[in-house]
Amino acid sequence: MKRRRAATLVPYFLSAPALLLFLAVMIVPLIMTALLSFYDWGQYKGIVPEFTLKNWREMIADDYFLEVYVRTLRISLLVTLFSALIGVPEAYILNRMSPRWRPLCLLIVLGPLLISVVARTLGWALLLGSTGFLNQALVSLGLLSEPVGFMFTETGVVIALTHVLAPFMLLAVWAALQRLDGKVEQAAFSLGASQFSVIRKVVLPQIIPGILSGSVIVFALAASAFATPAIIGGRRLKVASTLAYDEFLNTLNWPLGAAVAVLLLVALVAIIVGCNRLIERRFAQVFE
Amino acid sequence: MSKRGELGRNGPLALAFNGLFLAFMLAPILVVCVVAFTPEGYLSLPRRGLSLRWFRAILDYPEFITAFRDSVWLGALSSTIAIGFAVPAALAIARYRFAGRETLLSLMMSPLMIPHVVLGIAFLRFFTQIGLTGNFFGLVIGHVIIVTPFALRLVLAASTGMDQRIEHAAASLGAEPFTVFRRVTLPLILPGVVSGWVLAFITSFDEVSMTVFIASPATNTLPVRLFLYIQDNIDPLVCSISTVLIVLMAVLMVVLDRVYGLDRLFVGTGKG
Amino acid sequence: MAHLVLDKLSKAFGNQQAVSELDLTVAKGEFVSLLGPSGCGKTTTLQMIAGFVEPTSGAVTLDGADLLAKPPSKRGLGIVFQSYALFPHMTVAENVGFGLEMRGLGRAERDSRITEALTLVGLASFGERYPRRMSGGQQQRVALARALVIRPPVLLLDEPLSNLDAKLREGMQAELRAIQRTTGTTTILVTHDQSEAMALSDRIVVMNQGRIEQIAAPEQAYASPASAFVAGFLGKTNRLDGECTDQRISVAGAAFAAPAGTASGPVTVSVRPERIAFGPASPAAIPGRVATRVFQGAHWLFEIETAQGAVSVIRQNTGEGVPGEGDNVHLHAASQDLLVTERRP
Repeated sequence: MKRRRAATLVPYFLSAPALLLFLAVMIVPLIMTALLSFYDWGQYKGIVPEFTLKNWREMIADDYFLEVYVRTLRISLLVTLFSALIGVPEAYILNRMSPRWRPLCLLIVLGPLLISVVARTLGWALLLGSTGFLNQALVSLGLLSEPVGFMFTETGVVIALTHVLAPFMLLAVWAALQRLDGKVEQAAFSLGASQFSVIRKVVLPQIIPGILSGSVIVFALAASAFATPAIIGGRRLKVASTLAYDEFLNTLNWPLGAAVAVLLLVALVAIIVGCNRLIERRFAQVFE
Repeated sequence: MSKRGELGRNGPLALAFNGLFLAFMLAPILVVCVVAFTPEGYLSLPRRGLSLRWFRAILDYPEFITAFRDSVWLGALSSTIAIGFAVPAALAIARYRFAGRETLLSLMMSPLMIPHVVLGIAFLRFFTQIGLTGNFFGLVIGHVIIVTPFALRLVLAASTGMDQRIEHAAASLGAEPFTVFRRVTLPLILPGVVSGWVLAFITSFDEVSMTVFIASPATNTLPVRLFLYIQDNIDPLVCSISTVLIVLMAVLMVVLDRVYGLDRLFVGTGKG
Repeated sequence: MAHLVLDKLSKAFGNQQAVSELDLTVAKGEFVSLLGPSGCGKTTTLQMIAGFVEPTSGAVTLDGADLLAKPPSKRGLGIVFQSYALFPHMTVAENVGFGLEMRGLGRAERDSRITEALTLVGLASFGERYPRRMSGGQQQRVALARALVIRPPVLLLDEPLSNLDAKLREGMQAELRAIQRTTGTTTILVTHDQSEAMALSDRIVVMNQGRIEQIAAPEQAYASPASAFVAGFLGKTNRLDGECTDQRISVAGAAFAAPAGTASGPVTVSVRPERIAFGPASPAAIPGRVATRVFQGAHWLFEIETAQGAVSVIRQNTGEGVPGEGDNVHLHAASQDLLVTERRP
């Protein structure tokens, strides 16, 4: 009977290394960070391992932190909205594209996902600056009378982040469209529906779960984005992640930085889990 | 499917939208590549012909060269280790129903959901406590955690898609468990393993938000160095370096597309 | 004679009893089919013999040796799966040679054994092909050659023909039977197809809900099914609800002596369509009316309306006249063709 017991242990042997790795190197550090947010800190005394609610109280009391979190939320919501506005139609169009052109278009749309965020954001910095190429083009075309600086503005961050994250929306919708039976669309046409009403009444209701799960992904990535807001937003326009970075590597107030990071993580997990629950409950019947 | 019928086609409006979308996706990338060829000493479009001076200038900054080398090593090492953890875990998740299976899966996929900045902070705190700061080994550990979800997803898709009876057949013919794995399972999930490795490598190679916390002047990756440089000033040099990166990734991307298909690479966990 | 013995073999998945206390003794060279509907436990039984499912209790012995103590790789059984389970990354010859390689055979001997096995299944010239470039029937033969080449004491076949189309299936049945006769390999076939089981086997094990309903030679199981389930599963049968009182059975307006030992109470009377004849009115005949009559060449197919619902009747086409639709008829059957079982109300 020795063999029987050994057989049931096989999955545990196989997964033990990964489990131990993640517990030791990810969960433990995260717990340490959460604890750190309750430590005291002073300019001269450094980190003092004494339990205090100081950092959390400071975050709640100081309007500066509220402003940063509200800005993070606003940017993330706008990026999600714009990603949906351009990503959903593009996914639909790509899905209907002739097989000759589709692979190339898909490569152009998804390829940037593999290119360093720093390089992509650099491109937007070149385009968006007040002496940037977008301004030069708009002025020389007579669309603008004088250059408008997009750098160090929320608008600039939203544009660059939408570029970085729209492919994720497109992928989620693309996956939903792949499950769609093209015959249903044809059936709707045969019943006399116009192109517009087919999209509104037949296609859209079926891909809404895809749009929603894409929105959750884009929102989460926008809220945790770092390099893009750091480069486009500059030193003054802070979001939660760049604020945490500042506290850690410039001010060196690690406990406060830890509190900023933990709040970001907790808020994000709550929003993601909440949204996923809602989507699953509302659209359980659409997911087969 | 020679004719998809008038109704299934994209109209002119749709095609125009598609054109604008592609232009939007390409614009910032192309602008970087074009500026990199400027003959001027400042940021500008190359109006007076193309020049390679800014590519040659890279050679004057050895720290970028070493950072590049470190990035390649870091990517190769961390994705190899991640595959080493992901393959057995993926087989367990795909083949068995055991207590903690769901938990293991969400735990290993969680780095996708946790902001990298938070992970960076956690690693920084952890490594300071155990004395691993500024160490290449610390970078590797951090990157293994970040790239494992990508490796796991593709290996898992390959493992669930494989008929387990093929392994049973091999066992019935006298193959010991490890022989079954080496001669049958591994060759059959190899496309998933290779694509998973490449995706993990790219993810590691591009990572900034976490690495910026645990990198040190002695051990630094190329994107982090680039990021720190850009924070101070933007000049044609960063454009030429970025161009090199972009071209490199474009090559890898075409390979991945051929081997695995880009859309499959990013979608799903093998459930559908 | 006992070669492969299953002793009180049981398997429970959670509180679901998939196989309960299965006893079966298979003689050397015998061809035995496990027959039953899906979910009856036949595949689980096969997988326990093969070693892919651990029994909850019970024993399996081969020539007296405990088979359960060995891992699948040490049992040395040949297995053919429904999905063929060929190694897609190996050629046909490499597939067939895999088991020999695992046994450490030298190159030369391997090659001659591979050729021998491929010749046996009629694929001698296909050694260098890859499985995905072959038809379903050819893949099936490769799987068979791969299982037989290791000269297994027992060959296990898990629904091997159900992925083939009807015509190919018949050909493969004959071939399978011939190959099994040639090699003399003890064979256990799992199938849900009763005609396949009857065509191939020396004995049939009819299973239902994890239990054996009957073990018998095909013609015996067909002629005298041990239970209403077997009667229904092997070929078509009519099942009529009746009542047994004082050793007499009344069913659908007819009454006749009950077989010895029938307890009083509700019963089910099963009778095969081809065992029913038309005849004159009598107390032992069931009266009815012809609802439909279909001509099928070699025979006629009738649906007769009776007090107990529709009854199918098959009559050989002997060239004589038969009743027409709407005619009143009386159904007769010999007492040895009736199966009377108790019915729980």
